[in-house]
Amino acid sequence: MGEAPDIEAVFRAEYGRAVSVLVRFLGDIGLAEEAVQDAFATAVRTWPETGIPPSPAGWIITTARNRAVDRLRRESSRDARHAEAARLYAPDAAPEESPVRDDRLRLIFTCCHPALALQSRVALTLRLLGGLNTSQIARAFLVPEPTLAQRLVRAKAKIRDAGIPYRVPRDADLPDRLGGVLAVVYLIFNEGYTGDPALCTEAVRLGRLLAELMPDEPEVTGLLALMLLIEARRPARQDADGVLVPLPEQDRALWDRSLIAEGQGLVRRCLRRDRPGPYQIQAAINAVHSDAPTAAATDWGQILRLYDQLTALAPTPVVALNRAVAVAEVAGPAKALDLVDSLDLPRYHVLHAIRADLLRRLDRPAEAAGEYARAAELAESAAERAYLDRCRRDLDHRTT
Amino acid sequence: MKHYLLSVVQPTGGQPPAPDALAEIMRNVEAFNDELRAAGAWVFAGGLHGPETATVLRPQDGDVLITDGPYAEGKEYLGGLCLIRAADLDEALEWGRKAALATTLPIEVRPFVDRH
Repeated sequence: MGEAPDIEAVFRAEYGRAVSVLVRFLGDIGLAEEAVQDAFATAVRTWPETGIPPSPAGWIITTARNRAVDRLRRESSRDARHAEAARLYAPDAAPEESPVRDDRLRLIFTCCHPALALQSRVALTLRLLGGLNTSQIARAFLVPEPTLAQRLVRAKAKIRDAGIPYRVPRDADLPDRLGGVLAVVYLIFNEGYTGDPALCTEAVRLGRLLAELMPDEPEVTGLLALMLLIEARRPARQDADGVLVPLPEQDRALWDRSLIAEGQGLVRRCLRRDRPGPYQIQAAINAVHSDAPTAAATDWGQILRLYDQLTALAPTPVVALNRAVAVAEVAGPAKALDLVDSLDLPRYHVLHAIRADLLRRLDRPAEAAGEYARAAELAESAAERAYLDRCRRDLDHRTT
Repeated sequence: MKHYLLSVVQPTGGQPPAPDALAEIMRNVEAFNDELRAAGAWVFAGGLHGPETATVLRPQDGDVLITDGPYAEGKEYLGGLCLIRAADLDEALEWGRKAALATTLPIEVRPFVDRH
């Protein structure tokens, strides 16, 4: 027998694949989830004795299919829809994996359909493709578990009743719909950046999956590279007291070199392809940062050029704000402050933090202190608040 | 095939479009209906008179009470409807998109309950 089979690891790795195959087989997400959960329950009972089968995913999918067929037969007398499904899918109709498109790709597009509310898209993606359970998702997004559970139930009912299709969109719709999928993955990543780090891990996993399934979409590669390069800095982002450490002050020896190497490799692949998009350019900016052995050695000229390119593609106030940081390094804080003051982002704490830093460098400590206080007031995470409070105190120290 | 209802959402008390603009909208809506028919998706379509022309029938103690006016006053009312056949929501939403452009008004897409 040897070591205990790690069913939990198989579950995390294969849940999404199994559900996606079963959705195609059964035509219903709820039935597919039940069947896959049945199969894992069986695995928990039998694998400790038999050991993990050679193809765990294949075993789970076959078992789930058999369970679903049994269940449909049992229930066919009282549910016409199920009876029909049982007739349609005879047990010998094996749920093979699609040769061209992985079923998980269909499932991602269904979960991220624009007819669903954004919160529902995020929850469904984490539940069905990530295999996270309801309480894990609820905790990560700080919503009560019954609320989250109901959101999932409603979303699945809408998919079924409104006929949201289970397929990869046709080419004409693909750029738009793919943009929606990437936005959901990046939203999950950003939630994890300031909150539960497990969400970042999950977003990176989804990013890898998408990059594997759509290797020819440069923005998919770009998003994965962006997330890897940001994630690489996680060990350096907070000090021992849980206070945020901003990029210039980070101990670069703590950065995860293997994630950086992987991210930079992907950025180079994007550059060779030369079909730039916002995620790819943001990844390139982060690649420049991760190239610099010290903060002082950062190639800010290159970063500013990339921000100019990003501004042309995505002229948003947040991009303009981040560009101003590069302008401060290349052309001085006064120029940057003019740019920041032209932006209308009153409730965005990062704007106030950047403004505070520029005012400090311009030797206007009283105004800087006010901005640090405002930023701390609006900041979402304790680590950021602690950092901003410390900046303000340092300032007081200097003025007295 | 599923059936979907495309509802035209009309703002209450809005200014009617100028005659020229209205004529163009009518032409576009007619072209939209023709396209639906050509695609085999058309089941029924029509515009409705305003809510002030509505009459409500309400069951009460085994009898039915007749009252003037719409069932509920709202900021919007159902200005017209279009019943279509479509394979799935994506197809229905594509028709809805065309309907929104033709009518220049918001369109609500809702699935009918499947009949067995």
